[in-house]
Amino acid sequence: MAGGSDLLVRMKGGYIEPNLIVDIKAITGLGEIKQTNAGFTIGAAVPCALMGETKALRQAWPGVVEAANLIGSRQIQGRCTIAGNLCNASPAADSVPALVAAAAKVVVVGPQGARTIAVEDVAIGPGKTSLARGEIVEAILLDKRPPRSGDAYLRFIPRTEMDIAVVGAGVSLTLDDRGRVESARVALGAVAPTVLLVSAAAKAIVGTKLEAAALAALAAACSAACRPIDDKRGTIEFRKKVAGVLAKRAAGIAYQRAGAK
Amino acid sequence: MSGIAVSTNINGDGVDFLCQAEETLLDVLRDRLGLTGAKEGCGTGDCGACSVIVDGRLVCACLVLGAEADGRRIETIEGMATADKLHPLQEKFLEHAALQCGICTPGFLMAAKYLLAQNPEPTEEEIRFGLAGNLCRCTGYDKIVRAVQDAANVMKGA
Repeated sequence: MAGGSDLLVRMKGGYIEPNLIVDIKAITGLGEIKQTNAGFTIGAAVPCALMGETKALRQAWPGVVEAANLIGSRQIQGRCTIAGNLCNASPAADSVPALVAAAAKVVVVGPQGARTIAVEDVAIGPGKTSLARGEIVEAILLDKRPPRSGDAYLRFIPRTEMDIAVVGAGVSLTLDDRGRVESARVALGAVAPTVLLVSAAAKAIVGTKLEAAALAALAAACSAACRPIDDKRGTIEFRKKVAGVLAKRAAGIAYQRAGAK
Repeated sequence: MSGIAVSTNINGDGVDFLCQAEETLLDVLRDRLGLTGAKEGCGTGDCGACSVIVDGRLVCACLVLGAEADGRRIETIEGMATADKLHPLQEKFLEHAALQCGICTPGFLMAAKYLLAQNPEPTEEEIRFGLAGNLCRCTGYDKIVRAVQDAANVMKGA
């Protein structure tokens, strides 16, 4: 158990009956955000509220922090973790598209020792992860930002707050010294069984200054990559369309944050 | 009775109790310690009626295990007023009639206290976002928002 904001709900609902609960918050270091030469190490037990309170992290990775801070209410923010959000493996997890766009790495520890994997390799389907029995996430790693970099996350929900994403879009990019997109990553949530890394969408904006044609190509690539379901939150058609719109807007915000003039 | 021995601090007082592993902090507060201010609305972290502050962070007591309270500092609604004086938030909730049935009120007060500790001069929008984790089915929220705004003004001047 990290934050427990999903575990205790499942226990209460009678869906699971654990024989043993290990509170990883009591493991030294897991509740800390460390800034290193390589970037940031976010311990698996760090509540999302602490991410929002950490100025250096907010400045380097505003998109990751805004995504993490969208999870639940203030009360949930005091408990919930991005490691838990990731390991729940919900296709609609808010922090995951932002982490995938950010090319975050995940330190997994278990009886066989530690291994570091890409964040997009953790979830393999709704509610299923690639973690072996006995393995847990120890930390999530974010790289140090090169100059002229920015990221952003947007989600669509029918309410103004406290809801589950119908579509989520994370974009991270770095500009060259002439203000063109040098490299980019685009990720979409809630439009497939797992969060999608859409390389065709990133390719559509690399080398551009996000002109209208580039943004249209980005949106088209996003819509084409979606494999959503119809459910009470949104139809397939709606999700495909909104994925493109949100990715465009998130790219625009990331571009501004990267210092575009 | 066997159980997990927990030593904690609630509203400034040292408290020791025994609890079962699966027992929530809310159950411990209400059923073992007689602190019935925090209410069980949903039991799943949606309604905020059980809001308490643990080590300076607002949480739903229904989503915290009692055993986790060991070594922590817990603030509940019972510690909000001093011996003979209500907290400005409590006074303003009364003045603005920001409650009807009252079930949600302890949770709203704790959430509002946390909100004002983080942000002493919130805008109306910030108050509404800050209290989005608390549900009230009586008031329509407007009176609650006004009470918090008024309390913020009073507390700023204090």
